[in-house]
Amino acid sequence: MHLSRHTRADAPKDLVSRMLRSPDTLLRFSMADWDMLVRQARSAGLLARIHNVLAQHNMIEVIPAEARWHFDSAATLANKQQLAVRWEVEQIRTALAGLDCPLVVLKGAAYVTANLPAASGRLFNDIDILVPRSLLNQAEAALMLAGWHTSGLSPYDERYYRRWMHEIPPMQHLHRATVIDVHHAILPDTARYFPDPQKLLNRIVPAGDDMPGVYVFSAEDRILHSATHLFHDGELPHGLRDLTDLDLLLRHEAAAPHFWPRLVARADKLQLGRSLYYALRYTQYFLDTPVPEKVWDDLRPVTPHSALLKLMDSIFSRALAPAHASCDDAFSSVARQAAYVRAHWLRMPAHLLIPHLLHKAFISPYLDNSTAKPA
Amino acid sequence: MKLLQLSSSDLRQQLAGEGIWLRAGPFSLTIRSKIPHVAEGLADLYGQFEVRSSRQAFADFHVELNPPAILRRWFRPQVSFSFDGSLPFKPLPLDQAYPMLEWGLNWCVSMHAHHYLIIHAAVVEKNGLAAILPAPPGSGKSTLTAGLVLSGWRLLSDELTLIDRKTGLIHALPRPVSLKNQSIEVIRQFSSEAFINRATHDTTKGTVAHMRPPKSSVQRQYEPARPGWVIFPKWRADAETLLTPRSKAQTFMFLAQNAFNYSHLGTDGFRVGTALIGQVECYDFQYGQLHEAVAAFNRLADTSTQDALV
Repeated sequence: MHLSRHTRADAPKDLVSRMLRSPDTLLRFSMADWDMLVRQARSAGLLARIHNVLAQHNMIEVIPAEARWHFDSAATLANKQQLAVRWEVEQIRTALAGLDCPLVVLKGAAYVTANLPAASGRLFNDIDILVPRSLLNQAEAALMLAGWHTSGLSPYDERYYRRWMHEIPPMQHLHRATVIDVHHAILPDTARYFPDPQKLLNRIVPAGDDMPGVYVFSAEDRILHSATHLFHDGELPHGLRDLTDLDLLLRHEAAAPHFWPRLVARADKLQLGRSLYYALRYTQYFLDTPVPEKVWDDLRPVTPHSALLKLMDSIFSRALAPAHASCDDAFSSVARQAAYVRAHWLRMPAHLLIPHLLHKAFISPYLDNSTAKPA
Repeated sequence: MKLLQLSSSDLRQQLAGEGIWLRAGPFSLTIRSKIPHVAEGLADLYGQFEVRSSRQAFADFHVELNPPAILRRWFRPQVSFSFDGSLPFKPLPLDQAYPMLEWGLNWCVSMHAHHYLIIHAAVVEKNGLAAILPAPPGSGKSTLTAGLVLSGWRLLSDELTLIDRKTGLIHALPRPVSLKNQSIEVIRQFSSEAFINRATHDTTKGTVAHMRPPKSSVQRQYEPARPGWVIFPKWRADAETLLTPRSKAQTFMFLAQNAFNYSHLGTDGFRVGTALIGQVECYDFQYGQLHEAVAAFNRLADTSTQDALV
């Protein structure tokens, strides 16, 4: 049972995924459509990626003169960030050289260092790395020595990270202000499904010849990690951006021999079949990602029953759309809250979850000092 | 159509409704707000700007200033600046709504317009040459800028020097000139032609008001200018007016550090920056009396223009 885009007749216009599915629709865009596309794409963090998609299709000229700088400017920033990410990863590698483990970079930094198409136009807030739990303290100490330190967290958040999360609090560099997320697993220990990090580490591969000493997950594990992240992470400000990552990863790997059976088998082994199912369902819904029929058959054991699926569709068809008012309908905010609660529900048992959500709802907002003052 | 051709009730209605479209230099904006001070500030300061055109279906920046939707609005009214639904700043007290609009617009440009090298500096033009005035707060940069544009110099910007990465020319963004504390009175004394709007007190920068840009500067806002000088002003009470040459290398380093987006541009930032430095004269400038400072700038413009003609 595929999810039809026409099930919601009142569906607000998500121009970003529409043009990503078929760039030719841009030929019929009015100026008002371009206005909306730029706004939605900016909210979704996809301006630079769209720029690159249009460049690939030789369609840059289609962008009206008034709108073009928005795409160019985002692409300028993305190019600079990719250069900076490579340089920063090299700094991290040097800082952690004394540790008895390879440097494994995750998510966006992995796509960039491994020169994958999913790096195209990607913007960064931080660099994610994975360190074996047994070396976590050493890694943190080594990074502090090299100028990164944790700061700006409330004591509650600090405790929450250290006790329950699969990562330590974000570390920011004193001078460069770059942020590293140091993970020791891809999901919290308390999660329903907890893929053993060692299984992932056993299959790492070198990022590329130009980044010696830097490793990334294997192709299947990268995809599964991206899928897991998308459906276990509470907040989805870049939901559609993450889906386009997945779409690019899948299209890139799909040509490899036996890719799909390997992916499904690996998901099964890591207990991530359900996440994979949803990831494929929603990349196909938003981006027309090609998925062979056989894959759906193979995923039948992890396919949710139809009532649950209907509920999930109504949540994720909204929560993964660009985070812009023009993509919202009357249920979008409920859908986002539902995605948030569901992600936490999967991450921790109820006796931990309920106090945590109450704290986040009623106490944190009054302690928040993180937003900048206008200059 | 210019903003001053709108009746104040039309302006208020549009601001409170779907927003007013406005073009400032190379950027188009839509602004929404139900706050009377915002309507008043726009009517006072943006009269000469274009508000309606065939191109108004598209805007670069969609901003909104309204009270945040939380309970506290009743006991301490506040205003939030929204950039198309996202809130880059903490709310401020409601009576700071107008300065918050100006600060927010500076943020919109400096965070996004990477097709320019954007230097944190005022910039004014005479006889086709632009003088870039970078300086830390308190150096009298805005006062000098206001004095110059009230004396025949064209206002390009009081805060954001936009250098076109392709042509090296400076694009104008002649929005109102921000004046702080004593400089508000200094400028009132300097010229009876200065129109300065209602002052806002107790902001993080002290008392703030804005001076309306000269009509001719707004009319010529689509005309770029060639960089002529980089001049670092320094005001000191009773200082002599003195212009002294300055090292180009040091000036380059300062501009790079004080550009909003130098590092975002990679090697192209270096290329644009060095091309700029190659074609300007660099000076330190100290002054105590505004009219003397203006006279010194006029002499500089006249000499350089003569040089250029020889």
